[in-house]
Amino acid sequence: MVDTNESASLLNPTSAHEAEPLIELVDLTKRYGDFTAVNKLSLRIGQGEIFGLLGPNGAGKSTTILMMLGLTEPTSGKVRVCGVDPTRQPLSVKRRVGYLPDDVGFYEDRTGLENLLFTARLNRVPPHEANERAKKLLELVGLKEAADKKAGTYSRGMRQRLGLADVLIKKPNVIILDEPTLGIDPEGVRELLELIRTLSRNEGLTVLLSSHQLHQVQQICDRVGLFVQGSLLAVGTVNELSAQLFAGEPFWVEAEIGAPPLDDSDGESEPPGLSKLKEQLLQLDGVQTVRRDEVNPSLLQIGCQRDVSKDIAKIVVSSGFDLLSLSKKQYGLDEIYHRYFEGRKTG
Amino acid sequence: MNLKSINWFRGMKAAWAKRFAVFTRSAAADLSVTSPFMAIVQKEIADHVRSWRYGILFVLMLLTCLGSLYTASTGMRNAISTDNEVKSFFFLNLFTYTNGTLPPFITFVSFLGPLLGIGLGFDAINSERSKGTLSRLMAQPVHRDDVLNAKFVAALIVIGVMFFALGFLVAGLGMLILGIPPTPEEVWRLILFLIISTVYVAFWLNLSIMLSVRLRQAATSALTGMAIWIFFSVFYGLLIDLVAGATAPADPRDPDAVISHTEWIQLLMRLSPSQLFSEATTTLLVPSVRSLGPLSMEQIIGAIPSPLPLGQSILLVWPQLTGMVAETLVCFAAAYVMFMRQEIRSRN
Repeated sequence: MVDTNESASLLNPTSAHEAEPLIELVDLTKRYGDFTAVNKLSLRIGQGEIFGLLGPNGAGKSTTILMMLGLTEPTSGKVRVCGVDPTRQPLSVKRRVGYLPDDVGFYEDRTGLENLLFTARLNRVPPHEANERAKKLLELVGLKEAADKKAGTYSRGMRQRLGLADVLIKKPNVIILDEPTLGIDPEGVRELLELIRTLSRNEGLTVLLSSHQLHQVQQICDRVGLFVQGSLLAVGTVNELSAQLFAGEPFWVEAEIGAPPLDDSDGESEPPGLSKLKEQLLQLDGVQTVRRDEVNPSLLQIGCQRDVSKDIAKIVVSSGFDLLSLSKKQYGLDEIYHRYFEGRKTG
Repeated sequence: MNLKSINWFRGMKAAWAKRFAVFTRSAAADLSVTSPFMAIVQKEIADHVRSWRYGILFVLMLLTCLGSLYTASTGMRNAISTDNEVKSFFFLNLFTYTNGTLPPFITFVSFLGPLLGIGLGFDAINSERSKGTLSRLMAQPVHRDDVLNAKFVAALIVIGVMFFALGFLVAGLGMLILGIPPTPEEVWRLILFLIISTVYVAFWLNLSIMLSVRLRQAATSALTGMAIWIFFSVFYGLLIDLVAGATAPADPRDPDAVISHTEWIQLLMRLSPSQLFSEATTTLLVPSVRSLGPLSMEQIIGAIPSPLPLGQSILLVWPQLTGMVAETLVCFAAAYVMFMRQEIRSRN
C-alpha cells in the first residue's frame, strides 16, 4: 500500500514540486489601511501543476495575483516567482509569467490578430515568428475564422479565448488566470478548461487559476487552496480535502421513499412508520445519522462510515415503504466549501 | 578571355550578393525587434491618426489656417504699397496681421492649441483602464513609465507634424498669394514659432495626461481639462485685473512704486501658459518688439527704432520658453508620480 502511494506521488505533480517550487509565497500580507486583504499567505506551487485558488468574491485572490506579478507591493512577506522577487524585478517575472486578468480587454478597433501581434512586440518577439505563433495560437483557441475581425465585435467567450492566446504568445513558464470561466456559457467553460489542461500537460506549463465557481474548476485542478477573507483555509487535492473534512462520515446515501403503509399522517406530524424506519436504519452497523431532507420530505439522507447502501435498501423495502431511488453522494468542492463556512460560522 | 571575365564578374556578383544579404539580414533582425517603448509609440500614433477625434481637430486647425491666411492676405494687399517690405519682415505678417474679421494665426493657435492638447491626451490612461487593456499591458514586460512616456511622445509627434505641416502650408500659400518669398531669418523665426507652439501644446497635453491618470472617467478628465483651459484663457486675465486694481500704488506719481506694481502684475500674468506663449510668439513673429516689460523714458530715448536681430529676440523670449517647458515638466512629473503609485486592477 505504501509502495503504490510512493509511485503515485512520483507521477503526481503535486509532490514533485517539493524540491523546487515555481511559485513560492511566504507569510504574504497586504493591507489597505485597516483592511487586511491578504493575511499571512504561504503557498508553494510546483512545475507543471494546475493549482486552483478558490474563494468567494473579495477573498483577496486578485490581490494575491497582483502581488505575484509585481503590480502591487506586498505589505510584508516574501514572493518568489520562478525564483525572482516580482517587487524588485517585475520585468523578468513578467517575461516568464502570462497573466489573464478577469474581464480582459482588447483594443477594440484592432483585429484579434493585431492585438496578439502587439503583445508579441511588447515581448520583443521578432515579427516573422510572432506572426507564425499568433496564427498557430488563434487556431488552437478556435478563433481562426475571427482572426481578422475587430476585437470589439468579439463575444465574452471569444475574448477570453483570445486572452488565453495573448497569454501564451510570449511562451510563458507560468500562466495565471484570474476567473477565466466567468461569464462564459457551460460548453465554453468546458472547452476552455480542457484547453488549459491540455496545455499544461503537453507543455509542462504551470497554471494558477482563481475562481469562485468550484465545481467547474475541480475537474482540472491538481490541487486547490480554499481562500476566504485573506487567509488560506486548506490546501490539497479535492480528495484529500474531503477526507480531512468528512472524516466521520465519508459516505452519504440518499433514499427516496414513497407510499408509507400506515397512511395516517395528516399534515405536519411524522408518520409513525417513518420514525420506526429511521430507528431501524440507525441500528444498522455503520450508519451514523438519518434525517429527512428539508425541501423534499420523501428523501432520507443517511450518513455512514462505509458503504452500506445494500443493507439500507433491504431495510427500507422490508419495512413496507416503496424505495423509489437510492443514490450515493460524492463530495465535491461545493460541499467542502460549504462545510468550511459552516465551521467558521459556528466556531 | 571574354568568357573568363564574365565568369569572374558572376562570381563577384554572387559574393557581393551573399555579403549584402548577410548584412541586410542582420540589420533587419536588429531593426525588426523594436523595443516595447517604440512598439507602444507606433501603436499610439496609428491610433491617433486613425481616430475621428484627430480628424476633426485637424480639419478645425486647417480651417483656422486658411481663414487666418485669407484675412491676413486681404489686409496685407492694401498695406503692400509701403516700401522696404523685406526689411520690415513683411512675410511674417501672414501670421500676425488681421483685417478685423478673424483673429490672426497666432491668436488662433494660442486659443485652439490647448484644445488640441486636451483632445489628444484626456483619455490616455483612463480609457485603457476602463477597457481593461491597461492591466493586460502592465502584465507584459514593459516598464510602467514606458507606457506614460510612449503616450506622451506619440501625441507630441502627431502634434508636431501637424503644426509643421500647417505652418509650412500657410507659408507656401502665402508665397503664392503675396508673391514675396520669405528671407532666411523669417524662415528661422517661423520654425521657432512652430517649435514654441508645439511646446505650448505639449503643456496642455501633459496636463490632460495627468488628469487622465488621476480621474477614472474620461469625460470628467476632458471636462476638467477644458475648465482649466477656459479659466486661463478667460477668467485669469479678469482675476489679475481685480488684483491689479486692489493692489495699485496709492500715489500714482511715485515711479518706483508704479514700476514695481507693474512688474508684480506681469509676474502674475506670466503664471498662465497662454500668456507666456503669446509673449514668446509675438516677440518672434514681430521683430520690432523690443521688450516685454516696462521701459522707462531713458531706455527708449536713443534707441534705434529698428527690428531686433533673431538672436536678440530669442534672448528676449528665453525665460518664457523656459517657463513653458518647466510647467510642462511639472505636469509630467505629477502624472508620473501618480501613475507609478497606482495599483492596476482590471476595469476599475
